[in-house]
Amino acid sequence: MTLSFIIDALITVIGITTPILLAASGELVVEKSGVINLGVEGMMLVGAITGFAVSFETGNPWIGIAAAAVAGAATSMIFGILVLSLGTNQVATGLALTIFGIGLSSLIGSNYTGFAAMPFDPPFPDEWAQDAILRVFFGHSFFVYFAIIVIFTIGWFLSHTRAGLVLRAVGENDFSAHSIGYSVIGIRYCAIAFGGAVAGIAGADFSMVITPLWAEQMTAGRGWIALALVVFSGWRAGRLLAGAYFFGILMTLELYAKASGYAILPSQFWAAMPYLIAVAVLALISSRDGRSGKEPACLGKPFMPNG
Amino acid sequence: MRLMLEKRLEPSRVMLVATPILSVVAIMMIGIVIFDLLGYDGFDAVWQLFVTPVIDLYKWRDVADKAAPLILIALGLSIGNRAKIWNIGAEGQYIVGAVAAAGIAFMTQSFTGNWIIPLMLAAGMVGGGAYAAVPAGLRIRYGVSEVLSSLMLVYVSLQLLSYLITGPWKDPHGMNFPQTAQLTDAQTLPHELGSTGLPPGLLIALFATIIFTIIVDKTVFGFSIRAIGEAPHAARYGGFHADGIVWLALIISGAMAGLAGTLELMQLTRLNLGFPSGYGFTAIIVSLLGRSHPLGVFIAGIVLAITYVGGQVAQTVVHVPNATAGLFQALILFAILASDILVRYRIRLKSSAVSEVRS
Repeated sequence: MTLSFIIDALITVIGITTPILLAASGELVVEKSGVINLGVEGMMLVGAITGFAVSFETGNPWIGIAAAAVAGAATSMIFGILVLSLGTNQVATGLALTIFGIGLSSLIGSNYTGFAAMPFDPPFPDEWAQDAILRVFFGHSFFVYFAIIVIFTIGWFLSHTRAGLVLRAVGENDFSAHSIGYSVIGIRYCAIAFGGAVAGIAGADFSMVITPLWAEQMTAGRGWIALALVVFSGWRAGRLLAGAYFFGILMTLELYAKASGYAILPSQFWAAMPYLIAVAVLALISSRDGRSGKEPACLGKPFMPNG
Repeated sequence: MRLMLEKRLEPSRVMLVATPILSVVAIMMIGIVIFDLLGYDGFDAVWQLFVTPVIDLYKWRDVADKAAPLILIALGLSIGNRAKIWNIGAEGQYIVGAVAAAGIAFMTQSFTGNWIIPLMLAAGMVGGGAYAAVPAGLRIRYGVSEVLSSLMLVYVSLQLLSYLITGPWKDPHGMNFPQTAQLTDAQTLPHELGSTGLPPGLLIALFATIIFTIIVDKTVFGFSIRAIGEAPHAARYGGFHADGIVWLALIISGAMAGLAGTLELMQLTRLNLGFPSGYGFTAIIVSLLGRSHPLGVFIAGIVLAITYVGGQVAQTVVHVPNATAGLFQALILFAILASDILVRYRIRLKSSAVSEVRS
């Protein structure tokens, strides 16, 4: 095992972890406000096609990323209106959002299959990433740094700011938060929109950097891994970051097992591994934390201020 | 004057039946606008999507073939819906059921006899049911949400299928295509059942609808699943066993998905990479559109099957992309969820509080 092999593997891990870390970070904020949005996969796909199409049409990847965020947030608002203003069931509505996202992204994407994405250069100059070790720090795409900034900001926001405290209060006891004058619905709308925007950017990472093209359902279930990750983290930002890297390593193992040909087990086993581990880890975490454990007390429960 | 929502004491029965119909009609209207905005002939596209499969007799067979698996899976899911147990992994149970039946087919290639088909159907139901028992067990033993675990297992089942058709079960005469060997005549159902001219899948779906109607409307089990869903604490107090309901709801829905997968395998005569069709996900829409009642599910299954067939028609006639049907299915689900408010609330036109006092 040479140094360059380890460096390559490390860079792959970081790249593959980024979209699930981003999507899970957004969902963490949503769930902290007491709402569970199962539409992450759908919002990611809408972000993926929007990011791809807009950067392709404008020639500017930054506009593409901004558009992906707006598209993700706009998609999440369909969910928001249904569950918050009309009080629909969150599980069914989130699922509908995923089905909708798959359909909408395929519809828009049918004009964009077979094209390569706009090249999107890393934010740091090439010279910084010449050296093998420095490459680990300075050789990544914008998304990698953005994801790290987002999760640290969320961690700080939730535990050290007044607004974060209010958000958590809404998720833990919506009725009390409402009676002391906070707008439960308004805060949840903001959280859902944030989750949608971040999921949209996570999707854009797929279509602009990871596999720089558009393919139907290209996120391949990573949105669901992100949802499992939030449970896995016990709704804590630090553990979310660690968990995301854990899954990133698993997925990298899959890639290497496929590529090396040394794999004793068939490649499908490695492809199924992250999902099997996710189920196993959920069992482990849930049994230890207990059924009502650390999840926000109002998670998934509709709140109608006027009865 | 402003619109007010007033909570109904009892959910409106009229709205319960009317809203699914209104939802589909509303989505047809919205569809015309969407297609026009996308630069297609909106009216023509919606006509092809929703009406052509109904008025074109040659399309009825296609509609029936698509409706049968949707109805069978959704009947099972509707049991869970009533108990607020969310099995969103029916697609995986559908695949594993078909894999189990294909396993029987693999072992009985050189046999003939009437016992093979029942054995395959049973294997499919056991396979699907067992696969759904995993999230049930995880929820009861460890408190894992069945929503996530059942969904994760879909991705595992896709890999299992891929492994089998590229590896141990690959057709030796298949020109190296990733597919299983073709089923023998003793392993497939006839295209039409006897003198009825109906496809066997739809007849089985019809039969299952009757059985499920009796179960949910006439048995203690049917009552207890509703009790668990609507008032879990009261139901427990009343002596209903919540864990038992979780097991049953998931295993029944898994077995139905496995049955649907087996029938689909018999229809297609082999497993290949195209086998996972998304029926397991669309069936969730069917069960909700059908208001989780077997009769509603039967009608909703036909409606969604029409959009599948109509999607293909619209693709060839109006040249809309093939993703259109999926998008419309999701829109129908949004509409049905949104219209729920009309079931639970009454919309009143009210003058503002101040003017009320003055008058």
